[in-house]
Amino acid sequence: MIAVLVAMSLVLCRAILGPTIYDRILAMNVFGTTTVLFIAVFGFLTGRPEFLDIAIVYALISFILTIAILKFFEYGDMGRGAADRDELDI
Amino acid sequence: MNVVFDLISWICLLTGGAVIITGAAGIIRFPDFFTRLHAASVIDTLGCMLIVLGLIFQAGLSIVSIKLVLIVFFILFTTPTAAHALAKAALHGQLKPVLTGSGEQTSKSS
Repeated sequence: MIAVLVAMSLVLCRAILGPTIYDRILAMNVFGTTTVLFIAVFGFLTGRPEFLDIAIVYALISFILTIAILKFFEYGDMGRGAADRDELDI
Repeated sequence: MNVVFDLISWICLLTGGAVIITGAAGIIRFPDFFTRLHAASVIDTLGCMLIVLGLIFQAGLSIVSIKLVLIVFFILFTTPTAAHALAKAALHGQLKPVLTGSGEQTSKSS
């Protein structure tokens, strides 16, 4: 549990000082996963395994959140620079 | 038998904690976005699987362990999908990976 807390704080540091927007999204995604783990371990430590339902719901919502934010930033880029997107060779 | 399950559970939990801290240190320390993505995938798959496996051994065979297996399946399906979408969006956003020998860092936000 302490390991998960340390990992959460480190990932949060990356989310705060990440140079690009994708670093922040990545850190947020990992933060969601570690939060799911933290909820599960906390439910076990306090002897209430009903917290696992919350962990399941949090896992699904975290995935949908990441995909939604990625879609938003991709379309935002497409809306601004559709002209120079054509000669991009990737 | 109970002692054996407890031992396996604690070994899995401690290894998972070590893997998660290693991955978080990698997210802080790695120089590039794509290498950070690799470190994050380590947390999402191996660390999560080890910790939930330890909790399954702690719980025994009941509805709790079925819920834990469900969590592991959700995370194993969703986080590689999210990582793939993230790398694709980063490449579309003109974020080039830093290669060895290329000299300066070319990672910049679009």
